[in-house]
Amino acid sequence: MSRIHVSTTINGDDVDYLCEAGDTLLDVLRDQLDLTGSKEGCASGDCGACTVRLDGRLVCACLVLGAEAEGRSVETIEGMAEGEELHPLQRNFINKAALQCGICTPGILVAAKDLLERNPDPTEEEVRYWLAGNLCRCTGYDKIIRTVLETAAEMRGAA
Amino acid sequence: MAKDEFQSRQFKVVGTRVPRPDGLDKVTGRARYGADMTAPGMLFGFCLRSPHAHARIRAIDTSAAEAMKGVKAVVTRADFTVTPQDQGTRDILDNVMAGAKALYDGHTVAAVAATSRSVALAALKAIKVDYEVLPHVTDVDEAMKPEAPVLHEGRQQESVPEGYSQNVLARSQYGHGDVEAGFAKADLIVERSFKTAATHQGYIEPHACLASMGNDGQGDLWCCTQGHYMVRNTCSAIMGMEAGRLKVTASEIGGGFGGKTTVFLEPVALMLSKKSGKPVKMTMAREEVLRASGPTASTSIDIKIGMTKDGKITAAQGDFRYQNGCFYAMNGALGAMCGFAPYHLENVETVGWEVVTNRPKAAAYRAPGAPMAAFAVESVIDEMAKELGLDPIELRLKNAADEGTKSAYGPTYPAIGLKATLEAAKAHPHWSAPLGPNQGRGVACGFWFNFGGDTCVSLMINPDGTVSLSEGNPDIGGSRASMSMMAAEELGIPYEQVRTVIADTATLGQNEVTDGSRVTFAVGLATIKAARHAIEIMKARAAQLWGIAPEAVEWVDGAAQPAGPNAGKFPPMTLKEIAETASNTGGPIAGHFEVNAEGAGVSFGTHIADTEVDPETGAVKVLRYTVFQDAGKAVHPDYVEGQLQGGAVQGIGWALNEEYIYGEDGTLQNAGYLDYRIPVASDLPMIDPVILEIPNPGHPYGVRGVGETGIVPPLATLANAVSRAAGVRLTSLPMSPPKVLAAIKAKG
Ligand code: FES
Ligand code: FES
Repeated sequence: MSRIHVSTTINGDDVDYLCEAGDTLLDVLRDQLDLTGSKEGCASGDCGACTVRLDGRLVCACLVLGAEAEGRSVETIEGMAEGEELHPLQRNFINKAALQCGICTPGILVAAKDLLERNPDPTEEEVRYWLAGNLCRCTGYDKIIRTVLETAAEMRGAA
Repeated sequence: MAKDEFQSRQFKVVGTRVPRPDGLDKVTGRARYGADMTAPGMLFGFCLRSPHAHARIRAIDTSAAEAMKGVKAVVTRADFTVTPQDQGTRDILDNVMAGAKALYDGHTVAAVAATSRSVALAALKAIKVDYEVLPHVTDVDEAMKPEAPVLHEGRQQESVPEGYSQNVLARSQYGHGDVEAGFAKADLIVERSFKTAATHQGYIEPHACLASMGNDGQGDLWCCTQGHYMVRNTCSAIMGMEAGRLKVTASEIGGGFGGKTTVFLEPVALMLSKKSGKPVKMTMAREEVLRASGPTASTSIDIKIGMTKDGKITAAQGDFRYQNGCFYAMNGALGAMCGFAPYHLENVETVGWEVVTNRPKAAAYRAPGAPMAAFAVESVIDEMAKELGLDPIELRLKNAADEGTKSAYGPTYPAIGLKATLEAAKAHPHWSAPLGPNQGRGVACGFWFNFGGDTCVSLMINPDGTVSLSEGNPDIGGSRASMSMMAAEELGIPYEQVRTVIADTATLGQNEVTDGSRVTFAVGLATIKAARHAIEIMKARAAQLWGIAPEAVEWVDGAAQPAGPNAGKFPPMTLKEIAETASNTGGPIAGHFEVNAEGAGVSFGTHIADTEVDPETGAVKVLRYTVFQDAGKAVHPDYVEGQLQGGAVQGIGWALNEEYIYGEDGTLQNAGYLDYRIPVASDLPMIDPVILEIPNPGHPYGVRGVGETGIVPPLATLANAVSRAAGVRLTSLPMSPPKVLAAIKAKG
């Protein structure tokens, strides 16, 4: 099968890859680039475990073709920490027990970071609706929602 | 052994909220789950699945698939030439690769390994299966009728009376006293029937594994599982190899809830690897997860309770009919045992039925069998409380089981925490908060056995005084942190000084699956005992250096010291100091402990929920939710709370939305997260967890398992809340908007 050559930017680095026409961005990230932090829970856009940012917009990587990343910029969970320095959401997810099994965590962190960049002071309801596309089966969401709200307060300097 | 038993103490580490050791990997995407592993030269494996609910497989032609470029192996049942000795393992083999018949929509009939995903998927299409479609049955009551299509001949146990279909595999009975005499004393008798739909565990991580079989007869397997020893034992039996030749490593696990206590892909991947001579990776798509793994039983239950005017139960009876999918499981028996377990009853009789249908083989789901039974029993109790004008918590307190109660399933309880959860619920502001129009409040209790089982732990004192702890149970929600905490507590050292890892099957002895809420209890117990073992050795080393008897040394705050003035005058010797000199005092120091842990300590919880029902649409909104549960001792309170919250929300999904929907043709109609809808963040309020601590007499720190009980009360709690809000009793789950609306309309 002939393959498509793609030049893109992932977490700030230039990356080239070859993919089949039917490969999703999630397939490419996971199977070719070994960026397995983005998870596949459904491959149909229903669980959010594969959430990444494409040119600054949240997308399900399972609903984007690998070929569509040409010339664009992809941000994944692997790029969230600045070197050794965790993002406050990452730090607080650990300290406030906002994960149990952790399979939903990368997608939720990417989505929550995007929320706080757009809206530094969200209400509980806004957080709940923003994250409604990210399924978590372990936590009942309580500690996740609290941690996002508390991190927002901390980042605003209010806590 | 007296030492095993609970002793009250001041904790330093246990009960704190420390960061978990695997946290960094999990927030940065570094953690490796089932599908995140690769091997050089790896092939991609996929299953071909039956599109029919019930069909005889006349022939399978794999020649076209085998001839395709890049296809390295095709397997069917014909490749599995070994017949496992026990029926349970034979059922598992029949489930992972269909034999003479496909028994459900999604049943694997063949599998392919190829050099790429796209080639493998194309090869599946090239396999020709000649099916003879047979009549099917998916409903439990239908399957019990003598005229129902039969799945298996000759598997019915002697416990089943005449007149039932061969689909009824077993009947079990529990109870004591004389129910007829009890009903004769009742002022009020209520008899109701209930139905619950099958639901899926819904873990976000689909099943995945990477198998490598060499032609030297040795194998390696990486997989997401709740028990890699179970995987090793099951797969080696199916492959006809000695257990010691198969090494299984548990990946990080993305949720299980009971659904990963068996195997699905693993034996198939091993066979594909054996046949191709290459490592084979297999992952399930979500659709396959729903069609062919899990789910739980669907049920049909009759409950009859007699009560005096002042709310004393005089007799209780239950008939629990569970369909377990296409093979035997004991969910009906578990339901029959659990339903009335919260109550002190003079006269009780329950019957459990195990029925097979053309659905995937049921897997455990968090307190398997219990939530549906509690739904039925607690609904009737709520209805009777309403009818008699009694407070539902008071009524439960009046009948609540306590220490010394002979349980409905037989044993007599030691110290238990049911009354404590009810008292806490009664005193909580939630119970007395005002309600608005169309709102209703429900309360219900739940019970789960908890379990101990085979457990091994090794605890190494490293030369620099750090401690490495090896345990054999996958960490599904923070158990590595809990083990490090208990080791640190017992050794008297900081939490950060201990690192806990999950050993592979070749590194540590047999460990029971992560199930039955057993890990914090049983692995914790073994950890404490392994630490005590290491302490004994360290005391002996100090004694040797001091030239005194080992009995004259005691262990205090992480150091050996002479026990009393007569033992001699030596400054305390810390764990670190003993570790650094270990090489000169006899060699490396390690403690270990192996046990079949008993004394798990039964668990109870009480939940309160407020709901609002939209009378126009039948939609239900959960407004407020509070969980009260006895944890014995909460080792890491954050993760105990997480278990209570997660269990409650799974129960909310089961009560309100989740449902396996089968079409006329017996195929699953909603095999995706869009149509099989689990609760999302915007559906829910905060879930308020209240932890009670009534020490378990069978654990040194008083720990009880907490993982499962949280899912037992919510079905009933929600049903009671919705019934009170809607003014009509809901008896069928899920309480989806059309059902609630129909019930409201029917009452007029
Ligand atoms: S895997 Fe992309 S949304 Fe589920
Ligand atoms: S922590 Fe397991 S799915 Fe969210």
